[in-house]
Amino acid sequence: MIEVFIDIILLSFIAVTAVAILRMTNLFAIIMLFGIFSFLSASLFAVMDAVDVAFTEAAVGAGISTVLMLATIALTKTQKEKVSVSHRHWLPLSVVIVTGAVLVYGTLDLPAFGDPEAPAQTHVAPYYIDKAVEETGLPNMVTSVLASYRGFDTLGEVVVVFTAGVAVLLLLGGKHRISDTGTNEIEKNEHSLILRVVAKFLIPLIIVFALYVQFHGDFGPGGGFQAGVILSAAIILYTLVFGLDAAERVIPPSILRILASLGVLIYTGVGIVTILLGGNYLNYSVLGDSKVAGQHLGILLVELGVGIAVFAVLLVIFLTFAGRGRP
Amino acid sequence: MMQGHLCILLVVIPLFAAPIAAILPRGRLPWAAALIVTSVCFVLAGMQLWSVVQDGVVSYELGGWAPPWGIEYRIDAVNAFMALIVSGIAAVTLPYALLSAEKEIPEHLIPLFYSAFLLCFTGLLGITLTGDIFNVFVFLEISSLSSYALISLGRKRQALTSAYQYLIMGTLGATFFLIGVGLIYSQTGTLNMVDLAARLPQVSSLNTIHTGFAFIITGIALKLALFPLHLWLPNAYTYAPSVITLFLSATATKVAVYVMLRILFSVFPSDFVSTTPTGDLFLLSGIAGIISASVYAIYQVDVKRLLAYSSVAQIGYIALGIGFASFTSLTATLVHLFNHALMKGALFMAIGSIIYRVGKCHMDSIHGLGRQMPWTFGAIIVGGFSLIGVPGTAGFISKWYLVLTAIEQDSWISVVVILVGSLLAAVYIGKLIEALYFKPAVDSNPAVNEVPFSMLAPTWILVLANIYFGLNTELTVGVAEHAIRVLGVTAE
Repeated sequence: MIEVFIDIILLSFIAVTAVAILRMTNLFAIIMLFGIFSFLSASLFAVMDAVDVAFTEAAVGAGISTVLMLATIALTKTQKEKVSVSHRHWLPLSVVIVTGAVLVYGTLDLPAFGDPEAPAQTHVAPYYIDKAVEETGLPNMVTSVLASYRGFDTLGEVVVVFTAGVAVLLLLGGKHRISDTGTNEIEKNEHSLILRVVAKFLIPLIIVFALYVQFHGDFGPGGGFQAGVILSAAIILYTLVFGLDAAERVIPPSILRILASLGVLIYTGVGIVTILLGGNYLNYSVLGDSKVAGQHLGILLVELGVGIAVFAVLLVIFLTFAGRGRP
Repeated sequence: MMQGHLCILLVVIPLFAAPIAAILPRGRLPWAAALIVTSVCFVLAGMQLWSVVQDGVVSYELGGWAPPWGIEYRIDAVNAFMALIVSGIAAVTLPYALLSAEKEIPEHLIPLFYSAFLLCFTGLLGITLTGDIFNVFVFLEISSLSSYALISLGRKRQALTSAYQYLIMGTLGATFFLIGVGLIYSQTGTLNMVDLAARLPQVSSLNTIHTGFAFIITGIALKLALFPLHLWLPNAYTYAPSVITLFLSATATKVAVYVMLRILFSVFPSDFVSTTPTGDLFLLSGIAGIISASVYAIYQVDVKRLLAYSSVAQIGYIALGIGFASFTSLTATLVHLFNHALMKGALFMAIGSIIYRVGKCHMDSIHGLGRQMPWTFGAIIVGGFSLIGVPGTAGFISKWYLVLTAIEQDSWISVVVILVGSLLAAVYIGKLIEALYFKPAVDSNPAVNEVPFSMLAPTWILVLANIYFGLNTELTVGVAEHAIRVLGVTAE
């Protein structure tokens, strides 16, 4: 019963935030509201017991996306230009209304949330519940489905992340900058003592937490995606406090690009190894002495690939954005 | 050992090569890697089509998990044929790309350019070969994201806005597709296409399924630029680098058409689809698309934009074929997919060659070039004739089948539309030929030479293919008829 109230409260907050985003013109405030929107969604997922999804949403939606959008407005304007109201607004409006109406119509005979008789619970899902622990040896079923049963989708998702990195570099990267001493917005914080002390205190903790999330994904919520995001957040924090040049001395962009490729290559390569060992693509069972040992090793490796790729790509994207502000 | 893994290797090889290409040094190495990968894939795709036609459907369990719990690759004549088109076009594009990309893409971006190209290629093949509807979405994202980036590399600043426009429309399409997949999952509990086909008939009367169906169809229609959802296409094709225009025009929309066929004929039960107005909407869109886009094409002054509008019109013919949903019409659709890839490939290569020499392709700036670049001009003539549908070219075959269908179905209006469309094509191709050959050369333009052999050879491979498949229809029509039978549509 209490969950219904929480749901109603969260959903109304989401609706309020969405309307506020539409009404506002200050881009900085809008980005903050986007972050709140993601955080509310993450809470909603948590209430629905989808903790892995909630974790990802909180890390990516509320965390990294917010930082990237802030980096973008640092390069552009913080105020949306006033758009003159034209008479053509009825077309987008009617498209939106029709789409919304169709969606409502489509959900009318949707099975109730958590209904044990719903097709989504009775067809494929019971197999995972019964067999996943036995077949993959992992207590976290979500990780088994993600990394093994549907591991090829996850490989695809990592490649999507990698593609995003390539796209950003194609658009904004390019000429390798000569390290200059020019200051920009990001480097002005060097004087703030409190920030520096707090950051130095926090960054090691964030890194340790990232490693925990990476390797604990087999047992609890977490895994490569979240760990990669958290680890990159540590470096981004470092960049914000100590400046871009210092960050690039810690991890040169050329290394990051290699790491991004390496992450994808690890994942793809594990699949190629399984073929060479006589299994199907990404059939980790052939990797170890027993099926379960093989699954364990395979999942560990691909999660590592995911973590490295996500970490490197997010950082490449952030540093590319941040580097644009340089004179 | 290779034989059993053919279908997955087709995707894995470019997937493995893409991150490597990204970190290769500048120079010609990334190009060489892409060239080898696409050629290998072309050979593998040919072997795969052969094995599927000989021995029937191939099912490959990814991760060794049986469907519907794991992801399945499921290859029949339809997607094996599509994979051959995609990899074939990629394999002829690459030799052409070397010089064209060196001219149009900044040198320091070349490794990333070929990496993105390979990612796009991977995505298109992944969409084509998978038997899992969510997996389609994942690879759709890979191919879309990389094509937005590739389009934005065009030399004019409008390339950025047109890539952005495509990004918005494409993301809408992908999101609609995903919403639809989510809705049908909620009522079937499965993502495997074969499993969906088995389970959908029991629930097909539910609102959720109807809504899911509508979202999926609208989403794909956006990706395949079905009239009137085509607005992103002319700009994207006009401002993209030549190589990208040619590759995407010959493959990306084709793969979207394939997904549409798969959803309409393999996944959803036929008696469900026939209760919806889908067929009529396709016919309507086809008729409106052919006429309006052809008329638009006539008034274009940028040659690439002219051909882009012509592509929208060609998608109209394909929509007609889907709308009639008969054995002959679907055969025509598949054959036209193949033929249109050949003719647009040849034409965009020829236009790319002109851009390589004079740097632009405005109607006024190409006057008299036909006499200075005779081989390129010849390619435009044959490609153009094929586009119009002149007998002896590939384009004639598919239009002929389409007209046969329209007569079969007593749809005289479609017959008239197809013929008028061909006449309009004759007008815009005529305009192009007139500018290239009959207008006197502009004095301010320095005389130019023919483009190098590495660009002419791929162009002429496609040109000769246009003629060969116009005379010998056994291969295309034979495979297409086989494929349509696999989709479960038979001749009455």
